[in-house]
Amino acid sequence: MTLQREKRDYSWGMVVDVDKCTGCQACVLACQAENNVPLNLQDRFERARAMQWIRVERYWEGEFPDVKARFIPIMCQHCENAPCEPVCPVFATYHNNEGLNVQVYNRCVGTRYCANGCPYIVRFFNYWEPVWPEAFRNHLNPDVTVRSRGIMEKCSFCVQRIRRGVRNAERDGRKVVDGEIQTACTQACPTDALVFGNFNDEDSKVSKMKKDDRHYTLLPHLATDPNVVYLAQIDTDRSAGESHG
Amino acid sequence: MQQRRTIDQIHTNRVLLNGQLDTPKWWAPTVITLGIIVAIGFFMIGIMVNKGLGVTGLSRPVYWGLFITTFVFWVGISHAGIMISAILRLSQAEWRRPVTRAAELLTVFSLLTALLFPLMHAGRPWRIVYYILPYDFARGIMPNIRSPLIWDPVAISTYLTGSTLFLYIALLPDLGNLRDRTQGWQKALYTVLALGWRGNPRQWKLQTVGGILLSALMLPIFVSVHSIVSWDFAVTPAVEGWHSTIFAPYFVIGAVHSGVSAVVTMMALMRWLWKWEDFIRPEHFDALARLLIVVATGWLAFTFLELIFAVYGLDAPELELRDLQIFQWPWNILFVTFVFTGYIIPVGMWLQKSVRNNIALMFWSSIFVNIGMWLERFLIIVPGLARKTPFVYTWEAYRPSGLEWFILFWSLAWVTFLMLLFSRFFPLVPLFEQKESQTFGDSIKIGRVRVPAIVREAD
Repeated sequence: MTLQREKRDYSWGMVVDVDKCTGCQACVLACQAENNVPLNLQDRFERARAMQWIRVERYWEGEFPDVKARFIPIMCQHCENAPCEPVCPVFATYHNNEGLNVQVYNRCVGTRYCANGCPYIVRFFNYWEPVWPEAFRNHLNPDVTVRSRGIMEKCSFCVQRIRRGVRNAERDGRKVVDGEIQTACTQACPTDALVFGNFNDEDSKVSKMKKDDRHYTLLPHLATDPNVVYLAQIDTDRSAGESHG
Repeated sequence: MQQRRTIDQIHTNRVLLNGQLDTPKWWAPTVITLGIIVAIGFFMIGIMVNKGLGVTGLSRPVYWGLFITTFVFWVGISHAGIMISAILRLSQAEWRRPVTRAAELLTVFSLLTALLFPLMHAGRPWRIVYYILPYDFARGIMPNIRSPLIWDPVAISTYLTGSTLFLYIALLPDLGNLRDRTQGWQKALYTVLALGWRGNPRQWKLQTVGGILLSALMLPIFVSVHSIVSWDFAVTPAVEGWHSTIFAPYFVIGAVHSGVSAVVTMMALMRWLWKWEDFIRPEHFDALARLLIVVATGWLAFTFLELIFAVYGLDAPELELRDLQIFQWPWNILFVTFVFTGYIIPVGMWLQKSVRNNIALMFWSSIFVNIGMWLERFLIIVPGLARKTPFVYTWEAYRPSGLEWFILFWSLAWVTFLMLLFSRFFPLVPLFEQKESQTFGDSIKIGRVRVPAIVREAD
């Protein structure tokens, strides 16, 4: 699986600089609007059924008054070796040759096995038929399928934007330029904590950022080989040798 | 050897066919009551399919809950049949004879029920029918054979096919018997079902050989079915409480524990309801209880090994999960109930000979075991998901909705309903097995030695 990465033109991925994240949730809202994610009203959160393809987890660190809020945005990690893929009985989720973990809504039967297999808990089940207020009728993104009840959904790295970008590039007979394709969350991020790009291009911003000493991936012991790379937080008030947490 | 009473064949026929030839008075009201519960249950399932799984208490990340627990529970119960009719048949345990059919029947009906649970629990059940049930070579819409959810239906439908054939083959002589004792439409029905059974030596030989072959062929299923069900969980590295190599044997022995206990429950009910005191005797309960002591103790060893392997690494998420599972409210109550009802109370009871021969106490002990075994599956499935990964931000609780509880009880009513319906048309105790066992038990006196009246060939 990992070997294929070199052969193909694009290997889409994201770098998240946790040091820059302010926890403003702009990415969450942008994603909600771009991808026709149903509104998360109070009862959705109370029943723990809220859908956020990208979520900003907040952790408190330290004892009062010396408390720090830590933020980490988590979205589908588009693992090269994804645990959600082999368990799906109907191939509703598979890995495409551009490094995306793809969800095929039409095939999904809603066993929710993929969601149990996912260690990052970034797969969401439509417990109800999604409804929007009447005022939102014309706000839905026509490029994105509205998912029906009973199926799984998750971050697609805004696959509709990737497709459009690649199509435009192919029409002009060139490759996609770095920064040409932006996902909704990277576009909305005010501090550029989220950067999207092509890992196969050595000169792309994500490839350079990935070489940073601060890089890590989430839950590496599970060997999922994610396409989302995190850059660790820098603590100015800590000495270099002191360990985290 | 057990004490034997001589029961002549006419008496055997009269008593064991009382379900068919003169139906007991309680039968119709009971079946109607259960039928109403079953109908309401199907209506509830209809509501769930119609409205969506939002009507359950499931959330994120507790995507599987009471339904999958109940699925595993019924697959576990279904191990009764294979244990009693295949393993005990091949090991020639004579006391198995009166209960073989009921055990096999329980297997068939509990498997049918078990299959319903993953189906109704899916987001779009009609799509499962579309993608999986007709194995599709024509359109190339193949299921993903890497998924344990494909292994499941394969294993279970193999088991179901084997059990149904086994049940039918063992039913043939009794169908012939019923055909000769009924009139009208019943006679027509039994004539068709008996497949021309006349009881000649060739038919007996074929019937016996068929039974033995099926027992032997089903032995691998004994290991495979619940192993595969356990792999639904064990192949998931993301969930700490599921990802364990010990799961396959642990689930298999747990299934035998709950399945054989369910047979005890059923035997007690049969003895009371149809007054078959002459056929289902205390020594049968005694033998099953001794078997269960061994099985339960083996299962307990697996339970503790699983816990020890889990906490040995002192891995923080695993410890957090076990803390929830064992010490946190309300799971601690469930855990204590599970240990007491699953092992301590029943095995403590079975160790006394007086309890082993007391039908009422045996009945309650077997009920305890199945409460405990249901809780065992619940305690494995739900806390594992509720404390899924180190991302404490997404930890969640789970409270099954009223509808989920109702469907659990519906499944109990549904299996009982099917069993009672079956009992109206077919004898629950195999007549020919009973007579065969009686004949094998007969002995004649030659000089000062008592020898068996019949020298048996290979069973």
